[in-house]
Amino acid sequence: MRWIWIDKFVEFESGKRAVSIKNVTLAEEHLHDHFPGFPVMPECLMIEAMAQTAGILVGQARNFQEKVILAKINKCVFFHYVRPGDTLRLEANIESITAEAASTSGTIRCGDKTIAEISLMFSHIDQNLAGKEFPQENFVFTDTFQSLVQGIEITESN
Amino acid sequence: MAMDREEIFSKVQEVLVDALGVDDDEVTGEATLMGDLGAESIDFLDIVFRLEKAFGIKVPREELFPAESVMNNAEFVSGGKLTPKGLAELKKNMPHTDMTKFEANPDINKLGDLFTVDSIVNFVDMKINKA
Repeated sequence: MRWIWIDKFVEFESGKRAVSIKNVTLAEEHLHDHFPGFPVMPECLMIEAMAQTAGILVGQARNFQEKVILAKINKCVFFHYVRPGDTLRLEANIESITAEAASTSGTIRCGDKTIAEISLMFSHIDQNLAGKEFPQENFVFTDTFQSLVQGIEITESN
Repeated sequence: MAMDREEIFSKVQEVLVDALGVDDDEVTGEATLMGDLGAESIDFLDIVFRLEKAFGIKVPREELFPAESVMNNAEFVSGGKLTPKGLAELKKNMPHTDMTKFEANPDINKLGDLFTVDSIVNFVDMKINKA
């Protein structure tokens, strides 16, 4: 991960589900242009927040040994705007996981409002059947992201 | 859990509509996944996951789509075509697929055309009714 877009994890059940928090602030510069006088969080950045939440959940399930890459957005539906000052609660669930890939479903909430439903697919790119090779170092789970998983309590689902 | 072909077809159709974002009338028995329905490699995994959920079966990816492993074996491919050995291997691994047309000209670029909606229906049929 080269940049971090969620603030912390609050629940983490290994191989099963994770819940993270993203606080939205007017200090984020893009909100000044999106849109002038009417700042709302771009939907694509909600997908990014879910991709990070779900991607780390998928990565942890294999002890961060795989390079986990977002491969497909199966579904994303948005119900409400997200405004500066909102606290988003992102819940991701693993639907399926195999040696090659994983699929997740997720919901973003703000208070008791459902903001979005996002289902994603991730590829473990070293396991692709085309036999393509990637750099050995894990460029997905780099040092930058360590701070995010440090100190979180991971419960075992089984 | 026995299911007739029509039931299987309609569930497979639903899976493909969801996985590929196509309309249900595009998902005919003869439609090819890649050519007609626009499936890419990651979609095949998506389809496998969805079939497992929809039918409550286990689908090892190499069983449903074994062509990739055949294609990556030098013994089985020569001059852009499958060798007789490769063809035999593929036939053995894909009993759910009609190969009569492909056999006449086993061009590996045409391999994608083997993955039709019917071949998935056959596969599921074999899994749940003949296991």
